[in-house]
Amino acid sequence: MAKTLFDKIWDAHVVSEVQGGQQVLYIDRHLIHEVTSPQAFDGLRKRNLPIYSKERTVATADHNVPTLNQHLPIKDELSRFQVDTLTKNCEEFGLELYGLGHPYQGIVHVIGPELGITRPGLTMVCGDSHTSTHGAFGCIAFGIGTSQVEQVFASQCVLQTKPKRMRITVDGELHKGVLSKDIILYIISQLTAAGGTGYFVEYAGSAIRSLSMEGRMTICNMSIEMGARGGLIAPDETTFEYIKGREFAPKGKDFDQAVAYWKTLFTDEEAVFDKEYHFQAADIEPMVTYGTNPGMGVRISKQIPTLSEAGNNASFAKALNYMDFEGGQSLIGQPVNFVFIGSCTNSRIEDLRLVADYVKGKQKASNVNAMIVPGSQQVATQAKSEGLDKIFEAAGFELREPGCSACLGMNEDKVPSGEYCVSTSNRNFEGRQGPGARTILASPLTAAATAVAGHLVDVRELI
Amino acid sequence: MEKFEKLQSTAVPLPIEDVDTDQIIPARFLKATTREGFGDNLFRDWRYNSDESPKANFVLNNPTYSGKMLIAGKNFGCGSSREHAAWALYDYGFRVVVSSFFADIFKGNALNNGLLPLVVSDAFLDELFQTIENDPNATFEVDLEAQQICILKSGKKESFDINPYKKMCLLNGYDDIDYLISIKDEIKSFEQQQIVF
Ligand code: SF4
Repeated sequence: MAKTLFDKIWDAHVVSEVQGGQQVLYIDRHLIHEVTSPQAFDGLRKRNLPIYSKERTVATADHNVPTLNQHLPIKDELSRFQVDTLTKNCEEFGLELYGLGHPYQGIVHVIGPELGITRPGLTMVCGDSHTSTHGAFGCIAFGIGTSQVEQVFASQCVLQTKPKRMRITVDGELHKGVLSKDIILYIISQLTAAGGTGYFVEYAGSAIRSLSMEGRMTICNMSIEMGARGGLIAPDETTFEYIKGREFAPKGKDFDQAVAYWKTLFTDEEAVFDKEYHFQAADIEPMVTYGTNPGMGVRISKQIPTLSEAGNNASFAKALNYMDFEGGQSLIGQPVNFVFIGSCTNSRIEDLRLVADYVKGKQKASNVNAMIVPGSQQVATQAKSEGLDKIFEAAGFELREPGCSACLGMNEDKVPSGEYCVSTSNRNFEGRQGPGARTILASPLTAAATAVAGHLVDVRELI
Repeated sequence: MEKFEKLQSTAVPLPIEDVDTDQIIPARFLKATTREGFGDNLFRDWRYNSDESPKANFVLNNPTYSGKMLIAGKNFGCGSSREHAAWALYDYGFRVVVSSFFADIFKGNALNNGLLPLVVSDAFLDELFQTIENDPNATFEVDLEAQQICILKSGKKESFDINPYKKMCLLNGYDDIDYLISIKDEIKSFEQQQIVF
């Protein structure tokens, strides 16, 4: 029978069925971090259980780490305790940890791919909703809660109802200045923040195929922002080329064998999806969000919808009120004092190169605070070896040390109340970047151009 | 996990859509390493001003409304996978959240913690909001065994769906981990036949 890529991988990982359609799904890779794991370790201790499979577990500290002076003890007491707890737990349960100071440390969804841990055909979970990022390699990756982290610790399995299948096809060529971030923000603006709930999404079409692995990761990363459990893209030569030679990737003959298997991972022509959407790349412009969920996005040349266009919805009005925007307004020219370039959506080397390329020889506007937070130690090292740090410094951008940072405002990297921040992260929820902060999601290119201009711009006119 | 008992209660209305887990519990309160105490910071930034004084117009600060049920607009619990959101709601004292639509991960997290995410139709959700607006002391009954929610005064009822396995777990206070550990042999033999690249 013809199968989708998602079905092929999922079905190959079902250990057994429980009553009522729940399935026991075997997990090949489990990524953990300091925030959503301590209670799961406690659970193991209470039940006196070991970790079922240490080799399938990867640990790092990212959400709650400072991005300045990582070589010093963490100042914030609670943060330090949480990060130390992870270290202790990993020691006690015999897990390898890429903690602060380790050359592999970084945002969990950045390090998995760059270390060659993320590979086609696997099932991967993490106590973090943006685990969907890894789907860019043609694997099934999704976020789980802490109770499920404990389940995976104890049994290498989770109980899960199989999601429905959705395919989103984007065909054609992208306009200059339009990035993968714009594609996904556009898709979410069309489907809404709940449009993918209950589904696992496969992204297809020539516009997706033409993307680099970094670009594909940005797309899959934000699948959760339309409610989808995850997203994936069939692996191809771009994928194999990216994995080849990475630290934990199969080598030599093993690699060739792996590639032979990975080539079988695609959706059969006759396979049927529960839902399909088609978009044209030519319709996509640089995107910005104007509200308080990622579905509230608009093409930069267009106006924010009016309240009546939004069906006089009270939540829409509340969102505009929080952002202090008016329905019908254009965002071009909107003054912005904060720019954040980072997060598991856009903090990879390609993102930093692109920003450096744009800001080289330019200066950030004097009203702007521009911060760049690389996704991992490896990205930071690479950026330095390419001299990007010098470019950022000359342009007045502050380059920090790796972590989640102002994506979620857990550490001290916060945007002040009432301020606008153009951010390359993935969530513009109220207060996400700090109490009262107003987040405008955009691509790294739009973020860089905003930092230079001091207000929102249509980057197509500047390149 | 505690057993989910049949429940009669007044309810707290939150007629806002797309309530995300960053509102339910902001990230800066996720530094704790235990499951307890998150209720104090439930809806923190909607509930308190920056000087810690309560915001009078937020429903949790309004003594008119109370109860073990929260009734919320559609797409409740979207965003982050933080189970802390379910812990915070439970710790505050809620046992049921009613909405016409829940985000997937939140729904799973709630079920794993004895908090019932109860899905009703849009029309019934409106009716619930209307009922509370007319009478903040209106009482509702949630009968998980019968899969029914009832507005006691009017006797209006609606049935709701729940996965039968999850229902069994809630009614008995079981969690998934007990089950997974019990099938360890099956997992082992699955592993042996699996080829991983
Ligand atoms: S960068 Fe942001 S979205 Fe990504 S894992 Fe960290 S907190 Fe989550």
